Amino acid sequence: MTEHKHSQREPLIRMAKREDLSRGKKWAIRLGAIVLALAVGSLFILVLGHNPLAVYKEILTGSLGGPSVRRVTVRVAIPLLGAALAIAPAFKMKFWNIGAEGQIMMGAIGASYFALYWGESLPKPALLLVMALASIVVGGVWGLIPAFFKARWGTNETLFTLMLNYIALGIESYLQNGPWKDPSGTGFPIIAMFGQNARLPKVFGVHVGWIIVLALTVGMFVYMKYSKHGYEISVVGESQRTARYAGMNVSKIIMRTMFLSGAIAGLMGFLVVSGADYTLNAGTSGGVGFTAIIVAWLAHLNPFAMVLIAALLAVLTKGSNAIQTSFKIPASAADVLSAIILFFMLGCEFFINYRLIFRHSGSAAPGKGGEGHE
Amino acid sequence: MQSVSAVELRNVTKTFGSVVANNNVSLSIRKGEILALLGENGSGKTTLMNMLAGIYFPDSGQILVDGEEVAIRSPRDAFDLKIGMIHQHFKLVDVFTAAENIVLGLKEKGKFDRKAISRQIREISARYGFDLDPDKKIYDMAVSEKQTVEIIKVLYRGADILILDEPTAVLTPQETEKLFAVLRNMKADGKSIVIITHKLNEVMAISDRVSILRKGEYIDTVETRTTNPQALTDMMVGRAVTLNIDRPQPVNPQRRLVVKDLTCLDGQGVKVLDGVSFSAQGGEILGIAGIAGSGQKELCEAIAGLHPVASGQILYSNPKEPDQVESLVGRTPMEIRELGVSLAFVPEDRLGMGLVGSMGMTGNMMLKSYNQSGRFFPDTKPFRTLAEEIREKLEVVTPSVNTPVRKLSGGNVQKVLVGREIASAPALLMAAYPVRGLDINASYTIYRLLNEQKAKGVAVIYVGEDLDVLLELCDRILVLCGGKVSGIADGRTVTKEEIGLMMTQTGEVGDHDRA
Amino acid sequence: MNNLINFLTAGVLAAAPLLFGVLGELLTEKSGNLNLGVEGMMFMGGIAGIVGPYYYEKAGGTNPYVALLIALVCALVCAGLGALVFSVLTITLRANQNVTGLALTMFGTGFGNYFGEAIGHADPSGFLSVSTSVKSLFNSPVFPDPLVNLPVVGKLLFSHNFMVYLAVILAVVLAYFLGRTRTGLNLRSVGESPATADAAGISVTKYRYLATVIGGAITGLGGLYLVMNAAAGVGGAWVHDCIDGYGWLAVALVIFAVWSPKRALWCSLIFGGLACMRYYYPISFIPASIYDIVPYIVTAVVLVFVSLKRSRSNQPPESLGLSYFREER
Repeated sequence: MTEHKHSQREPLIRMAKREDLSRGKKWAIRLGAIVLALAVGSLFILVLGHNPLAVYKEILTGSLGGPSVRRVTVRVAIPLLGAALAIAPAFKMKFWNIGAEGQIMMGAIGASYFALYWGESLPKPALLLVMALASIVVGGVWGLIPAFFKARWGTNETLFTLMLNYIALGIESYLQNGPWKDPSGTGFPIIAMFGQNARLPKVFGVHVGWIIVLALTVGMFVYMKYSKHGYEISVVGESQRTARYAGMNVSKIIMRTMFLSGAIAGLMGFLVVSGADYTLNAGTSGGVGFTAIIVAWLAHLNPFAMVLIAALLAVLTKGSNAIQTSFKIPASAADVLSAIILFFMLGCEFFINYRLIFRHSGSAAPGKGGEGHE
Repeated sequence: MQSVSAVELRNVTKTFGSVVANNNVSLSIRKGEILALLGENGSGKTTLMNMLAGIYFPDSGQILVDGEEVAIRSPRDAFDLKIGMIHQHFKLVDVFTAAENIVLGLKEKGKFDRKAISRQIREISARYGFDLDPDKKIYDMAVSEKQTVEIIKVLYRGADILILDEPTAVLTPQETEKLFAVLRNMKADGKSIVIITHKLNEVMAISDRVSILRKGEYIDTVETRTTNPQALTDMMVGRAVTLNIDRPQPVNPQRRLVVKDLTCLDGQGVKVLDGVSFSAQGGEILGIAGIAGSGQKELCEAIAGLHPVASGQILYSNPKEPDQVESLVGRTPMEIRELGVSLAFVPEDRLGMGLVGSMGMTGNMMLKSYNQSGRFFPDTKPFRTLAEEIREKLEVVTPSVNTPVRKLSGGNVQKVLVGREIASAPALLMAAYPVRGLDINASYTIYRLLNEQKAKGVAVIYVGEDLDVLLELCDRILVLCGGKVSGIADGRTVTKEEIGLMMTQTGEVGDHDRA
Repeated sequence: MNNLINFLTAGVLAAAPLLFGVLGELLTEKSGNLNLGVEGMMFMGGIAGIVGPYYYEKAGGTNPYVALLIALVCALVCAGLGALVFSVLTITLRANQNVTGLALTMFGTGFGNYFGEAIGHADPSGFLSVSTSVKSLFNSPVFPDPLVNLPVVGKLLFSHNFMVYLAVILAVVLAYFLGRTRTGLNLRSVGESPATADAAGISVTKYRYLATVIGGAITGLGGLYLVMNAAAGVGGAWVHDCIDGYGWLAVALVIFAVWSPKRALWCSLIFGGLACMRYYYPISFIPASIYDIVPYIVTAVVLVFVSLKRSRSNQPPESLGLSYFREER
C-alpha cells in the first residue's frame, strides 16, 4: 500500500469534457481521421503486395475518371443515400433499425410483383407509380413489424430487424426458386428481366432515382428540423419518459416513424430493380442497408452531409470493383476500407468531445490530433 | 486531541470545465471526532470529499493522511488508506445480495467462502448495533437498509475514516436517531467521521466541530458547542438571512380536486398507491411528505394521466366552469392539461422528465404545446418569445435560448421547468421536488413562485423531501407511507416528529385528519 | 429412430459454433459491453484459423497437431484483436456501441472475404484450404472407437469432434466463473453498475477490456469451427460468406439464454437442431428456402416472448450498452 505514496503524484493522462470546439477544428480532426484511416487501409493493400498510391488512384479513376464510370458511381450512390435517409429518423429516435437491408428487399419484391404480372396490362407511368407505391407499402410494413413489438413490449429492435433481413432474403429465394422462376430460363433459377414498361426513364444518363433521392434529402431535412413529427422524434429519442409526460403517444410515434423508415428503404428497392438491375435477385439489397448505417451515422444524421458521405462511399465501392479487375484485389476491400474509415471517424469524435490533460501540464492540453489550447 | 490529524487537506483546488468546484480549500479531520461539513447545495462539499474517496483527483493542493502526503488516484487507494465514503446515491448492485455487495472488489486470497463472509457481517452488525440480513437482495430492501449495507461495506474494509454524504436525506427522523446512535458508537470505537449536510439541527445534534464551505471556498471551522444555528447560517449563506418562508393564509379556498380511494399498480402488479383519498383546494398549498418511493411520483402521475389507475376516482372542478365536475380518470395527459392541470416533476437526475436536455429553452417551451396550432410545421416564434420572457423574469442564466438546457446549471434548469408550467396558467399546479439540488437563493425563488400561484387562487400540490420546508411552506401536509395515506395534518400546528411518525406507519392518524 | 439419432448428432454439430458465439458474447455483455460485432469477429477467427495452418503447410509443415494448434491460436488472436478495436473505440474513446459493433461486423466480413479470396486466387488450386489430415482432426471423434460404437449413446455422446466438447467445457467453466468466484462477482458488478464497481476499487476499464477481448476471442473459435467443420459446408476450406448470420444468431441467443451459460447450452442445441432439421425431417409443403430461414423466424418469435415475460432476476446487465466515465457530471 505504500507504493502509491511515492510513485506518481497523479495519473499520467486524465480526461475532461471539452467546451464547444470551433467548427473548423472539428472538421480538421475529422479530416485527419479520414487521412489516418486511408493510411491504415494502405497497410492492407501493402499486405497483398500492391502499391497503395496506385490502388487509391485507380479507385478514383475507376469511379470518377469518365462519364460512363461516373454514371455507375451515381447509380451506386442513389440507394445508399436513400437508405441512409430512411435510417435517419429511426436513429434519431434511438430505434436501432439495422433492417434497411430487408426493407429494401421487401420493397423490391413488392415492386417486382407488379413489374412481372401487371407489366402488360398497365401503361408505363401508371405501372411505375403502382410499383413505387407497392414498394413503399411493403417496405413500410416490413419496418412496422419490429416497431409494433418494440412499442408494445419493448422487444429488442436491433436483433428483430436483423432477423427480418434474413427472412426477407429467404422470401426472395423462395420466389426465385418457385413461383417467380423464369420458365424460359435454362433450368437456372432466376427471375425474368422486367419489360420496358417497368423500367425507370433516364435523365442525364442515369435513372430518375437520383432526382427522387435528392428531393428526399431536402424533404427529410425539412421534416426532421421543422415539422412537428421531427420534433416528436427528437423528444422520443432523448427520453421516452419526457415524451409521455408531454402527452405524446410514444407507440404511435415509433410505429409511424418506422413505417416511414421502412417505406423509404422500400422505395430504394424499387429504384434498384426498376432503375438499375431490371430484375430481382438475392443481391438486390447487396449490403446497401448496412453501408447506409455508416453513411447516416458519419453524417450525424444530417441529410445534406449524407449526400457527401454517400458519394464518398459510392466512390469506394465503384472504385473497388475497378481494382478487382485491374489489380485482382477482391471487391471486399471496399467493405474493409469503409469499415476502417468508420472506425477512425467513430474514434475521432472523442477528441472533439473531450480533452486530455497530461501530468503536470495544467489545463492547457497539448495537441493530440491537432487540438491545441482550449 | 491536538495530535496529528487523521486527514488534512491543504490548498486543494478542483475545477470542472469553467466551473470551480473547490478553490484553495484547507481543512483537517481529527482522530475520533465527528466533523460536520456544512454548506449549501453546490458549495463543493461532495466534490471535496470525493477527492478523499478517490473519485476525483485534485487539480492542485495536497492531501495528508496521518501526517504523510498521499496521492489518492482511485477508490482502491482510498481503501488502502482506510478511508471509506458512503455516497448520497448508494453505490450498490441491485441484483446482488447484501453480502455480495459488501465483499465486492476485495482482493482476498483463497476460497470464496460465502458462509464465512455472512458470519463476519453478522459480527460487525452486532458490534455497532445494525440489523441486517446478509443474504437479502438489495432490490428487496428499504432505503435505510441499503444505507446500512453501505456503512457495513466500509467497515468491513477496515475503514477508520468514514465520510457520509447527506446520510439523513432519505431517513425519517426516527431512523436518523438510530443512525446517530450508531455513529456515536463508532466514534467511541476511535473512528473519525465526516458528515456532509446542510441541515443545521443535525449539525448541532451530532458533530464535535463544523467546517463551513460556501461556493467552493473554505470559510471557517468552529467547535459545535460554541456556536448556534444562526451563526452557522450566516457563514453558510454569506449574509444574515431569515429562515422563514412566507405562508399567507389561504384566501377563499375552493375545492379543486377530490381524490377518492385511488389505487394504482406498478408493472409487476404490486400496489403503489392503495386507497388514497384527499382533496386539494384553490388558494392553498398542499404538501406531500413521505419516504422516497412511498407513492409520491405515482400520485402525481395518476392525476396528470401518466400512470394508469386501477380503481378509484379523481374529480376535478375547473374554475372556468365551477358547476361542472370532471373525472380525470381515463383521460389523456393532453386533455388533462387542457383542463388546467400542470405537473412540474424534477426527477433525481433532473433531466429526463419534463425537459429535453439536447434542446434549448425554446424547444423545451414547445414540449407541451407544440401541437396546439394543429399545423404540421409549428410556428416557433411564440415559444421563443415565451423563452425570452421566462429567461428575463426568472433570471435564467444561459448564453442563449437555444443553448441546450443540459448545459445549464441545476438551478437554471429547474427555473426553466417551473417557469414553463406556471406560464401555462394552471388551475392545479403540482410541483414535485422543485428545489431538488438548489441553493438557498434559488429555492426561495421557487417558493416565491409557488406562493404567487397560491395567491392567484391556484391549487398547489408541493411534493418535497425536506420536512422543514414542508412545515414552513404548506397549509396542509399529506403523508404517504407505502402507498397509503397515513395522515393529513395542518401545516401550522403539526410537529416534525409527528410527521416522521406518520412516514413510517400506515393507517389513519385520526387526530390530524382534517381533510 | 436412426434418423432421430442422426438428427440429434447433426444438431449437436451445428450447435457448437453457436455456443462459442453465445458464450463469448455472454462474457462480453456481463461486463456491460454490447458488442454487435460477433459476426465480424467470427469471420476474423475463421479466416485467421485457416490461413495460419495453410501457411504452416505451405512452409512445409506436416504435423497436423501443430497445424491444429496454430489454427486455434490464430483464431483466438485475430478475433480477439477485432474485439480489442471495439474495446478501444467504445471503452476508451466512448464511441456508440451499436454502431461500433456494426462497423466491426462490416470490417470482419470484408476482412475474411478479402483475404479468403485473395489468398485463394493466388493458390494454384484456386482455393484457400488445408490438408485432409488437418481437416479430419477437426471432424473426427476424440473418443476411442469402442465408446463411439456403443449403441445410441455412443453416437449421441461420444462421436463428436474435440471442439464440441471444448464448447461444453467452456460453458461449464464460464458458469462456475461467473457464479462462484470473486473475479466473476466483480465482473458482473461492472456490467450491472460500473459506478458501484468503481467505488469498490474495481477497475471498470480493465474488466471491460479483458471480458470483451477474451469474449471476442471465444467467438472466433465459433468462426474457426464453421470454416473447418464439414457439417456446415465443405470443411477445411474458405467459402465466401461462410459465417452466414451465425454470429447474429449468437447475439440473439444471449438474450434467449437470459445471460446464463447453462441455459446457453440448451438454447444453442435447440437452434443447432433447427438449423439442420430440414435435412432429416423434410416437410413436403414447406419449400427449402423457407425451411432455411426457420431459425431466424424462431429467433424473432423468441425475442418477442422474452420481452413479454420480464422478471427481476432475468434481466440484462443493468448498464449494458453504456459507457462509463468516472468524472462525468
